[in-house]
Amino acid sequence: MTRDELRATLLRVLGDIAPEADPASLKPGVELRDQLDLDSMDILNFVVGLHAALGVEIPEADYPKFATLDGGVAYLASRLDSEAPRSAR
Amino acid sequence: MPILGADMTAGTLVAWHKRPGDAVKRGDIIAEVETDKGLIDVEVFVSGVIDKILVERGATVPTGTVLAQIREEAGAPAPPGPEAPRRVRISPAARRLAAELAVDPAAVRATGPGDAITREDIEHAAAAAPARARIDLGRMRQTIGAAMARSKREIPHYYLATAIDLHRAMTWLGEENGKRPVTERLLAGILLIKAVALALREVPELNAVWRSGEVVPSEAIHIGVAVSLRHGGLVAPALHDADRRGLFDLMQGFRDLVQRARTGGLRSSELSDPTITVTSLGEQGVETVFGIIYPPQVAIVGFGKIVERPWSVERAIVSRPVVTATLAADHRVTDGHRGGRFLAALDRLLQAPERL
Repeated sequence: MTRDELRATLLRVLGDIAPEADPASLKPGVELRDQLDLDSMDILNFVVGLHAALGVEIPEADYPKFATLDGGVAYLASRLDSEAPRSAR
Repeated sequence: MPILGADMTAGTLVAWHKRPGDAVKRGDIIAEVETDKGLIDVEVFVSGVIDKILVERGATVPTGTVLAQIREEAGAPAPPGPEAPRRVRISPAARRLAAELAVDPAAVRATGPGDAITREDIEHAAAAAPARARIDLGRMRQTIGAAMARSKREIPHYYLATAIDLHRAMTWLGEENGKRPVTERLLAGILLIKAVALALREVPELNAVWRSGEVVPSEAIHIGVAVSLRHGGLVAPALHDADRRGLFDLMQGFRDLVQRARTGGLRSSELSDPTITVTSLGEQGVETVFGIIYPPQVAIVGFGKIVERPWSVERAIVSRPVVTATLAADHRVTDGHRGGRFLAALDRLLQAPERL
């Protein structure tokens, strides 16, 4: 999955949580929590949504990686890259 | 029109989900009403057949107005009614704007992600429509203001606070969540809610309502959880029987409640049933919450941010996650001694998270 596809997935899942948000207006390096007024329940639903969309189990300790859109894309790309060889075996 | 809050005076009937002749059973959703707490699903409390609809869609009527007549029928279970209309996907902010601009969301073309209706969609629809009567802006704020003013005017509040060491609770939670799939993880808030529910069993005077000049104790513990709406306002729907439910069940109920509070679809009973409120402002960085009791309840419990603090353990200073728990309670019903017992029980219960 390309980074653009990952970004689109992240935005789609965020859209389910904050449907009023305009994805085009999100600043990729700024905290999502502040931009979208997210709380811990939203973050949990976000992680659950990503799990459903990508099959990635995200440990609680890694939640801070999703502080920004760019951070989330980088984390998911790294996770999917590291898991790909194992699943290809 | 159900009374869903101490200061709710009227509501607007937005949709009927049943028609005359339809069978209904207790707990069915028969209508949606727009109130200062958002869009609420109206339940029925008897089983029978809808005889007559008395309030038409779009009408605003005072609380207590009979919406429909139901002919009660004993015996055979009611046949299934027609499918409820598909719920419109719309954010609370857009829904509020729709109410303010008198736009029917069901008639609006959605352009948002996942076919959600955005504020812009509502604005476009309003601009395209002929001028209509406007609903008062900020109705929710007015209602919150009225309820809180009444509370401060009528209820002699007293306030207590205690700092609680959450080392055991947070350690247990981390280990527990590490074992659970993402869909079954718990939030720290659910431990706090469950501990409040169990502490109320020990000090039941705080779990009550004040009606007609006297306290009416409640056997059931229905905790109103304050949920902030994303662009202002809040509601505090009930997590029913919180003391009797397991943490996972409570967490699922909490998730569902927050989602429905923010997207519409709370049930009328969820707004009228709370016997105490729990509010947490820790995520906003607040350390101590001084709550205002929501009438007719007689207490509110507040939690601040969980912060790492120096803490004395066996004469050594260590770093511990600590939360400040507060209680605002009605002096007509309890005094500081009982309030203190409640906070002490809360602290004790949170030291044994595996038993919650």
